[in-house]
Amino acid sequence: MAKKKVVLNFPPHLIDQPITYRLVKDYDLVVNILRARITPREWGRMVVELNGNGSRLDEAMNFLADLGVVVEPLAGEIQWQEERCIHCTACVAPCPTHALDLDRVAMTVAFDRERCIACELCLNVCPYRAIEMAFE
Amino acid sequence: MANFQVNKTYQEINDKIKRGQAVVVTAEEIIDIVRKKGEAGAARTVDVVTTGTFSPMCSSGAIINFGHTKPPIKASKVWLNQVPAYAGLAAVDIYLGATEPAEDDPLNKVYPGEFKYGGGHVIQDLVAGKSVRLVAEAYGTDCYPNKHVEKDITLKQLLNAVLFNPRNCYQNYNCAVNLSNRTIYTYMGPLRPRAGNANFCTAGQLSPLFNDPYYRTIGIGTRIFLGGGVGYVVFPGSQHNPAKPRGDNGIPLGPAGTLMVIGDLKKMNSRFLVGVSLLGYGCSLSVGLGIPIPMLNEEIAHFCAITDEHLLAPIVDYGHDYPAGTGRILGHVSYAQLKSGSMTLDGKEVATVPLSSLVRAREVAGILKDWIAQGRFLLGEPVELLPADGDIDCIHTASRDS
Ligand code: SF4
Ligand code: SF4
Repeated sequence: MAKKKVVLNFPPHLIDQPITYRLVKDYDLVVNILRARITPREWGRMVVELNGNGSRLDEAMNFLADLGVVVEPLAGEIQWQEERCIHCTACVAPCPTHALDLDRVAMTVAFDRERCIACELCLNVCPYRAIEMAFE
Repeated sequence: MANFQVNKTYQEINDKIKRGQAVVVTAEEIIDIVRKKGEAGAARTVDVVTTGTFSPMCSSGAIINFGHTKPPIKASKVWLNQVPAYAGLAAVDIYLGATEPAEDDPLNKVYPGEFKYGGGHVIQDLVAGKSVRLVAEAYGTDCYPNKHVEKDITLKQLLNAVLFNPRNCYQNYNCAVNLSNRTIYTYMGPLRPRAGNANFCTAGQLSPLFNDPYYRTIGIGTRIFLGGGVGYVVFPGSQHNPAKPRGDNGIPLGPAGTLMVIGDLKKMNSRFLVGVSLLGYGCSLSVGLGIPIPMLNEEIAHFCAITDEHLLAPIVDYGHDYPAGTGRILGHVSYAQLKSGSMTLDGKEVATVPLSSLVRAREVAGILKDWIAQGRFLLGEPVELLPADGDIDCIHTASRDS
């Protein structure tokens, strides 16, 4: 058995296709969707953990590539270091999923790991180096 | 001299502070008090209003005397943690500027550059008690034969270390958008194309110079909260320009007044002096600064009570206009609108984000309030107020305020 964490990037024309189903049905993979962001007419992004037979896993990767899905290895997880964060909110605008979000009353920023799709758009934006990539 | 119903002096207020009887509120709290009691009523009840701001202030730095070595050196080039400091002063006096990047920084060669470490970070590290590597070079003289010194220094060991910022605390600032077609990286943070976001950078009604728009109480000698310690206003800041257009309520509609400030670095706190890395732009230092405003009369209460709805920021396009220096302003937007999270520009909704930390600005105003209420901080009566009228002979700044 082999296990792999990857990021799947779907071109807009593929986002309504049952691709996860094909991975399960045709390639016998256990697909664990960690996080996803799918918006009509835009590129979709999905962080998944794939579990299955080694050669089937490779075949599945080829199947995805042939379809036009861009597969990237998951470099790591975003870490938000609360004690370094001064709540300047610079990271809020670039974050596409509101994983980094601003409470307008308290004017504080918080990070919701569940929503983060590891797109790294926030990474170098933080002027206080409160956002880091933790490699696994 | 105007006739006021309430007339207090610095002396009277300081006497109350010493007795622990002064009534101190923050610039957010005063708004409701004036609403309930009226301007004169509020001026009678309240003695001091505290303000606060925390944001990147590029024109900042530290004057450091690193102590004579044996044999002595007359340093001509100095680096602190590889960040160059200016050494064209006496033998071991240097000035370390907040925006100086480390010498080996790749800058914008790999665009947008990260600017991981610079003068602002060195200042933060020193204040946090960390040891910093000092390298000094000299050409050698008969009285100062040493040509090379390397040592680790800490803030504690230094004879003198003073934060000296030529321009801090802008009275108002631009709301930055980007109307071009590519993401740009500015000192106002990354701006997405086609007005994808709008970044602003003052604390609005909490911000010091909004609460005393004509500098009736602020000038040379005003004692302030600076970087977690005590500092002083020593002069009008560079580019101080009170002649900028003002609204009917007297509040400047763009960056107008500024302050030159000084304070003992040894007594500061790294929570309020934080090194900044602005993607694609450079290094800087975020400074926590708060000014106490003495409630001398009801006119002061009037200005302190002006709310975010009536404080306006100019909207400026950093895609074309700012780099070209056209001075064009797309319109004005209130801080109430900006703080709400979105504004409309040309019929389009744009998300607004504050680059200054409102949370920490509130903390500054709150700490200053406690200091004064506990009798630990007295007001400094200015020996001269900041220039408030327009007839200053100054060189045109080509509508650049950074
Ligand atoms: S990597 Fe950063 S920008 Fe991207 S989703 Fe996660 S928090 Fe948001
Ligand atoms: S950019 Fe950094 S300091 Fe600013 S709110 Fe985001 S995490 Fe906090």
